[in-house]
Amino acid sequence: MKEFIGRVVTPGVVTAPAVVSHGGLNTLASFQGALQFGDKKATCGDQNNPDLYNKQLAGKALCLPQTIGSTTGGLVLYCACAMERQPACMLFSKPIDSLAAAGAILASVWLEGGNMPVVDSLGDEFLNYVKDGMSITVKDGGVVCVE
Amino acid sequence: MYLTDEQQAVLNGSQGETMAKVMKTLVMYGDAFGADKLVAVTSEYNHLVTSFGLKMMKPVFDLMQQLIDAGAISGQKFSVDPRPLDKNVPANFLQNLIFNKIMYATQESYEKQLEQLGLMNDQAFTCACYFDEVGNTPKKGDILSWAESSAVVYANSVLGARCNRNSGIMDVMGSIAGCVPNFGLLTDEGRKATWIVKVECKEKPEAQLLGSAIGMKVMEDVPYVMGMEKWLGTELNDENKAYLKDFGAATASNGAVGLYHIANLTPEAKEQDEALIAEGAQVYVIDDAELKRVQDNYPVMWKNPAAKPKLCFVGCPHLSMEQLIRWTEDVEKGLKESGNKKVLVPTVFTTAPAVKEAFEKTEYAARLKATGVVLSYICPLMYMNNPLCKAMPVMTCSNKLRTYTTARFYTEDEILTKITKGV
Repeated sequence: MKEFIGRVVTPGVVTAPAVVSHGGLNTLASFQGALQFGDKKATCGDQNNPDLYNKQLAGKALCLPQTIGSTTGGLVLYCACAMERQPACMLFSKPIDSLAAAGAILASVWLEGGNMPVVDSLGDEFLNYVKDGMSITVKDGGVVCVE
Repeated sequence: MYLTDEQQAVLNGSQGETMAKVMKTLVMYGDAFGADKLVAVTSEYNHLVTSFGLKMMKPVFDLMQQLIDAGAISGQKFSVDPRPLDKNVPANFLQNLIFNKIMYATQESYEKQLEQLGLMNDQAFTCACYFDEVGNTPKKGDILSWAESSAVVYANSVLGARCNRNSGIMDVMGSIAGCVPNFGLLTDEGRKATWIVKVECKEKPEAQLLGSAIGMKVMEDVPYVMGMEKWLGTELNDENKAYLKDFGAATASNGAVGLYHIANLTPEAKEQDEALIAEGAQVYVIDDAELKRVQDNYPVMWKNPAAKPKLCFVGCPHLSMEQLIRWTEDVEKGLKESGNKKVLVPTVFTTAPAVKEAFEKTEYAARLKATGVVLSYICPLMYMNNPLCKAMPVMTCSNKLRTYTTARFYTEDEILTKITKGV
């Protein structure tokens, strides 16, 4: 078990299995098919992301450096949260980008019960250490336990 | 973050619960990035990314309605991304049924919401709102609350306006409150380049390929691009603006670039030269081999990679007037060389409604129509976003369209050859 400490963007406590993207997560490309066509598992549809393509994102601890791509990214995450198809939490090795931050903040302010814990700045070592299927626990204060 | 007394009062509910939530959203957004204060939005118009009445976006429509019902409407008029539907674009019975009755069944009601929130006019649907014909062209130094990755990167880089890569919904929040958090690309420090890109190609690189390579390498950082002067010169003429539009869209969709500088060409690079480069900037050298490596690594998502293309899209982002004229001449020339009268693959050029209207007043409109190319205001990305199109071999010279759909990327020359000569 290893513990990492980052910065809380939106608070919350959760335990979930990890899915890991070593490249930037293109939110629109990843979620659009799943949200549009009723895939409750939110299977990743981004052909350019070999780490995540065809893997379930809903309910997982999504570990990534940052998100990239279309500025619909934030509203796509917001919709995923409203439709309860969001990751259990999002854990960023780098400081969060503006689109992911928007999605998490919009869900936190405008949705009841759609909150998704988000921690950023966990460092490169976090992303090197964590592997698909590892158990992730997000605790208060930006503490992330990986085992 | 420092708030004025007035901003604090809004946050505390002086203008009602909904406005308090709008302010809270902006304050949390700013706090996430260490913003020191909220600054006034100074552009005449805003630009929103959400133009499509997709059923999956019901949570967004609900939020928009909440804003409208509370009287929290945009303080600025705005343009918005392209419409997802156009009956002129080739589609079979089943596709039309899915587009109109299932996927975009809420398009009409959503457009009514946009009107209530502050849409400029019913023609203001384009990702390239900064075209002269559209009229949403910010001034250098203007503070924006825009979204749409290709428009944001163009406004920052080519026009010298200041805008973060705001998400959809966040864009309208800034417009309603009249202010945005001061961080990132709004600050002098955030506009400094942390990458030096040296372009050492033998010929002028394809804009969409060069942008893709740079986007994938620098992600959300700011690149300072050297070595383009021999092809682009030092003036922002219409041809260069179109090149930079396509280049920027690729940097933003294949990475997350919100601002780039081109040595001796873009406004801040012309003013500040290499003083724009941050200390310790990394270096990326691009030559022909690197561009080939990038293109060769694009996944081909067609079920049968040897399939004959059934549709071709050119114009993501939307084509400028200069590009429409150039493409018209090139298609005519290609057809003449091959002895064909019409394009051999159903082909759609996309542009802003206002540019389309202006183009249709020129002699080129009839000439383009004669080649068989369809001219549309549609968003090809939204057109492609369904299982029927996913199974279709569609080709494009847009790296943005390639990234988000199963469309296959070819260079502009390759596209031209395929549609006029069929090889």
